[in-house]
Amino acid sequence: MSYEAIKHPGLNLGSAHGRDHDAAESMMFGFWVFLMSDAILFSMVFATYVTSVGATAGGPGPHELYDIKSVFIETLLLLASSFTFGMASLALKYKHGTARLIGWLAVTLVLGVAFLGFELHDFASMFSKGGVPSRSGFLSAFFDLVPLHGLHVTGGSIWLICLVGQIAMYGVDTQVKLGVMRLALFWHFLDIVWIAIFSVVYLAGLT
Amino acid sequence: MIEQTRDGRNATTRKLEERKEFRSYIWGIALALVLTLVPFALVHWAAMPRLWLLSAIGAFALVQIVIHFRFFLHIGFWQKREDLQLILFSTLLLVIMVTGTIWIMASLAMRMTLPAQP
Repeated sequence: MSYEAIKHPGLNLGSAHGRDHDAAESMMFGFWVFLMSDAILFSMVFATYVTSVGATAGGPGPHELYDIKSVFIETLLLLASSFTFGMASLALKYKHGTARLIGWLAVTLVLGVAFLGFELHDFASMFSKGGVPSRSGFLSAFFDLVPLHGLHVTGGSIWLICLVGQIAMYGVDTQVKLGVMRLALFWHFLDIVWIAIFSVVYLAGLT
Repeated sequence: MIEQTRDGRNATTRKLEERKEFRSYIWGIALALVLTLVPFALVHWAAMPRLWLLSAIGAFALVQIVIHFRFFLHIGFWQKREDLQLILFSTLLLVIMVTGTIWIMASLAMRMTLPAQP
C-alpha cells in the first residue's frame, strides 16, 4: 500500500481527483495562513479576558452567570459537528455521491445552528441575571471573546449554506471541492478555539 | 487487461485508505470525547485544590488541541513541513504576546492596588 504525498493541511483529495488535487495546494496553504492569523487575533482577545477576569466591579461573576450543563451540551454539539464534517470530507474524497455529501453537510449545519441556539440562550439567561456587557470589565471582555467565536460559527454556517447552493447549481466541480475543503479547515479550527474557550472561560471560571 | 488489473488494485488500495482515514476520525472523536468529559467531570464533582484543578484543565485542553490537529486537520511530521512550521511559529508569537500581556497587566494591577490602611 503506497502513501500519496500530502500537500496541505486537512484531508487531501489525492491523485484520483487529478487537477483538483494540484489546484488545492496553494489555495489551502493560503487559507491556512489566514487561520493562523485568526488564531493570533483570538489569542489576544483571550489575553484581554484573562487580564479582566477579576474586574467584576461588584457585579455578577462567573459562578453566578455560567451554566456548566449548557456549556457541556454546546461542547458536545460542536465536537459532533466536527466529526460529521469529517464524514462529509470523506464522502467528497471517495466520491460517494452528491446526496451523501449534502447529507453530511446538512447534519453539520443542524449541529452548528443548535450550538448557536444554546449559546444565544446562555447569553439571554446571563442578561436576565444582570450580566450585560456594560456592567463590568469582566463582562465586556466576556462578550468580546465568546460571541466572537459565535460570530465565526455563524459565518461558517452561512458559508456552508452557500456551498450547498453551489453544489445544487454547478455540481461537485473544482470550486466546490476547494470550498468544502477550506470550510472543513475553518470548522475544525473553530472547534479548537472552542476547546480553549470552554477550558479558559467556563471551566477555569467555575473552579 | 493490464489497465483493468491496475484499476482493480487501485480500487482496493483506495478502499483500504478510506477505512484507515475513517478509523482515524473515529479515534479523533473518541479521544476528544474522553479529553472533554474528564475536565468537565473534575470541575463538576471533584473537590481538588484550585491550582491542581486549573493545571488539569490546562493539560487536558492542550492534549485535546493536539488530538484535533492530528486527527481532524491531519497535521503531522510526515507532510509538507510549512504547515507544521507555521503552527509552531504562530504558537510562539501567541505565547509571547499572551504571557507578555498577562504578566504586564497583572503587575500593573498589583501596583495600582492601594496598600491596606494600618
